[in-house]
Amino acid sequence: MTGILSIDGQTIPFEDGQTVIEAASAAGVYIPHLCHKPGYTPHGSCKLCTVKVNGRNCSACTFPAADGQTVINNSAELQHDRRRITQMLFVEGNHLCPSCEKTGHCDLQGVAYHLNMLDNHFPHFYPQREVDASHPDILIDHNRCIFCNLCVRASQQKDGKQVFAIAGRGINKRLIVNSPSGKLKDSDIHVDDQAAHVCPTGAILIKRTGYQVPIGQRRYDHQPISEVALAEAGSHDR
Amino acid sequence: MTAKIKVATTSLAGCFGCHMSFLDIDERLVALTDVAEFDRSPLTDIEHCGPCDIGLIEGGVCNSENVHVLREFRKNCKILVAVGACAINGGLPAMRNAISLEDCLLEAYRDGIGVDNAQIPSDPELPLLLDKVRPIHEVVKVDYFLPGCPPSADVFWAFLTALVEGREPGLPYELVHYD
Amino acid sequence: MNSVIEQILAEADYQAVRLLSILRAIQARYQHIPQPVIEQVAGALNIPGTQVIAVCEFYSFLHLTPQGRYDILVSDSITDHMLGKASLMNDLAQALKVGIGQVRADGRVSLNHTACTGMCDQGPACLINGIALTRLDRARIDAMATLIESATPLADWPGHWFAVDDNIRKAGLLLSAAQENGAAIEATLQRGLQQTLAEIDISGLRGRGGAGFKTAMKWRFCAETVADSRYVVCNADEGEPGTFKDRVLLNRHADQVFEGMTVAAAIIGATQGFLYLRGEYQHLYAQLQAVLAQRRANRLLGNDILGHGFAFDIEIRLGAGAYICGEESALIESLEGKPGIPRNRPPYPVTCGYLNQPTIVNNVETFFAAAHIAVNGGVWFASQGTAKSSGSKILSISGDCARPGIYEYPFGTAIADILADCGADDVLGVQVGGPSGIFISNAEFHRVLAFEDLSTGGSFIVFDHSRSILDIAQNFTHFFAHESCGFCTPCRVGTALLKKQLDKIVDGHGSAGDVVELESLCQLVKNNSHCGLGQTAANPILTTLQRYPEIYEKQLKRISYEPGFDLNGALDIARRMAQRNDAAAHLTQVED
Repeated sequence: MTGILSIDGQTIPFEDGQTVIEAASAAGVYIPHLCHKPGYTPHGSCKLCTVKVNGRNCSACTFPAADGQTVINNSAELQHDRRRITQMLFVEGNHLCPSCEKTGHCDLQGVAYHLNMLDNHFPHFYPQREVDASHPDILIDHNRCIFCNLCVRASQQKDGKQVFAIAGRGINKRLIVNSPSGKLKDSDIHVDDQAAHVCPTGAILIKRTGYQVPIGQRRYDHQPISEVALAEAGSHDR
Repeated sequence: MTAKIKVATTSLAGCFGCHMSFLDIDERLVALTDVAEFDRSPLTDIEHCGPCDIGLIEGGVCNSENVHVLREFRKNCKILVAVGACAINGGLPAMRNAISLEDCLLEAYRDGIGVDNAQIPSDPELPLLLDKVRPIHEVVKVDYFLPGCPPSADVFWAFLTALVEGREPGLPYELVHYD
Repeated sequence: MNSVIEQILAEADYQAVRLLSILRAIQARYQHIPQPVIEQVAGALNIPGTQVIAVCEFYSFLHLTPQGRYDILVSDSITDHMLGKASLMNDLAQALKVGIGQVRADGRVSLNHTACTGMCDQGPACLINGIALTRLDRARIDAMATLIESATPLADWPGHWFAVDDNIRKAGLLLSAAQENGAAIEATLQRGLQQTLAEIDISGLRGRGGAGFKTAMKWRFCAETVADSRYVVCNADEGEPGTFKDRVLLNRHADQVFEGMTVAAAIIGATQGFLYLRGEYQHLYAQLQAVLAQRRANRLLGNDILGHGFAFDIEIRLGAGAYICGEESALIESLEGKPGIPRNRPPYPVTCGYLNQPTIVNNVETFFAAAHIAVNGGVWFASQGTAKSSGSKILSISGDCARPGIYEYPFGTAIADILADCGADDVLGVQVGGPSGIFISNAEFHRVLAFEDLSTGGSFIVFDHSRSILDIAQNFTHFFAHESCGFCTPCRVGTALLKKQLDKIVDGHGSAGDVVELESLCQLVKNNSHCGLGQTAANPILTTLQRYPEIYEKQLKRISYEPGFDLNGALDIARRMAQRNDAAAHLTQVED
């Protein structure tokens, strides 16, 4: 079964079982997101993809597309809220881009650039978080974790393991590693695992690869995340 | 001829990299000086800020002197601008926020390798360190933000020309960078 | 230790869904979940160790580091504060020589705050090793300290300290209706399942937890979903501060609640039910188990209920300190032995709930009402109330009134009448529906109790003129920040920011734009959060700001900006280490 919905006045077809964001991507409409990734079970936690469906706020990554829906994606109000939510992610952790290997390749940055975010707006939490450099090939810098759950899902669904989980409650959420010591070196992660590569920020990094591409020539230095994300969704569909 | 726009600049807990980038507007500096003049700034050596139109602040707030300078700027500048990553979110100096100030001071002045005559400096002339490095918007009201480490010369140019021409400043996608 | 854990695991039949029960038992035995036990439990249940850690960190009553052998948690509800909680807390700390939030060095005792324990009509209250202790006062604290220092077991403490009164002040349609055990089941099976569902429909019964979804519709959706098994869940996670009517219903009318569940099971075709009992009501656990045992003996539960060949049983699962588990999908996650994080919807629990099977989750009072409707019919129930809100509502009334306790009213009753009944005068306002509800001022007492006007899950807190609006908003705002599950960004970060921003204003550091900023943050959290917790977390601020803008404005300084942190305090460490105290070693909060 297929149907038709509209996003910002544009008519968009969808197939049964698609979410709003999947229908949008297939039609070349970008809806900002961080915890969503094509090919992964929807999670719905970052709330950047919040759109208005028939007047009600919904997460586009989890909400099923349905015939006749009127979706608003690109309104000033939604973009404002998305900017504020991104700023929340920036002040919650310690996101000091100039010191991060991932800068320029970072989806959190990419989304912030897309939203024309010029400052962090809110007071900073400056939480005390650890760095786990125990693994020979993979580094976890908890300062940059945004709890998108992608590494958790990648490990479970793509790698057939249980390397990561999110523990804690409220503002004290934290990424934990399934190993007796809690250290990555004692887990069964492998550098080729998808879980080691899926992190949208610089929280999980592959060692000794950080500066292969010079700053200034990186993904979001010249290409907006809207194009990158639509290309990724497109290649996944094929 | 209308009066020139007065601009003041300073670096708090910063590296002057933003100032260097500002100077990278190169020959456009000549055009700028046609319409603007500098008050307190490392470029002029004027020690205290008088009434100004625009204050550009590089660097975050790491000590008591930064607070005083920042307040002087806020008091005198109609428009106060946070320039660069450190002013906006603390930047690299804020990496010390992960370590307690006590440990920082002990490591630097007592326990670190090669420390002679170990003592914590206590000269009243020296500003005291805040327990955490803060962005300037957590200490005073800030009107505009120019992200980047440093913001490129084009960012300064786009921002200042907009203000000079009486337009609301904004940065297009290609000028927004955090690194 | 291994064999003790093994026994605990065996008692839970090695079922991972019973992880909370298992960890509660280990916590009770060892005052924490020791590191080696995590691997042992995970291995035995065939779950990752991270799930054990995640559950321990999610629930307030589970700990990875040892708590005291006497673990005291004092209820932090606004009603406990109104009864002098803050000074009693200090008295406790002093008498027991332990810091708040700390474990005493000898491991004998630990002391901390906990969210509302549902003893608002008999506070200040605390939990000691999980068991409710009511009516704290200075004398009782001193006596407690003596018993703790002499290591007297709780079983030998004065029994009346643990007395929990029902305080039923006004019995209405349901509370005054007598009913024989088994009558509702018999009536249901006599009348026919579809016909009984029709009676529920006619009654107009809507969910009593506060959301107000039509009960008959929920049951029908569940029954119509094709599935191998279906589940009935009774939500007794009565966590909304100021609510305690479910505690009373379960203490006094447990049979009718279980009977309502049994009727629902017959209608939807479920064989298994759960009572999800909030951890704070552990004192009810043993007696509820006894009620279930009695019902099994009387063939009101089991494989052949009343000889009709219909099978259904109920298991009690205790929570472990998490308000969010009152949200139905979070409750289901918790029932499955996981952190209580609300699921994405759709799918809704009626089609995909416990173990991904169709599940109805209803409030204690809803099942209680359903049992009576099964006997007396829908028209009987709908004879009271309004067109959109039929029947009666049971309220938990607390705060500044002469007679706090349980009151049952027909929907449509005016607030003024309720206040007169409970002996409240000099009223400043009423918090209707708890922190997630709304604060109404004394200009609104003509408003009525109804889904279409003032909706409440049962919480009704009265404030007189001696109370401060800002204290109330602050207590509730801190509550939400503490209880946010942290799943979605707007609630996880937003509730923490709301707390910071409100504290800034209340503490007198606010300036020109700070109230505007507060309100904008409220809207952001409200409009973008994943579940009801986040969507209502800003209500305490929004509903008081709307009514008393001048109180917020009065807090603000007439300057353009003031830092939200203590500037001079930020120099404390440097001053101490440099041994300086000269004028230049200090900063004023704002420019002179």
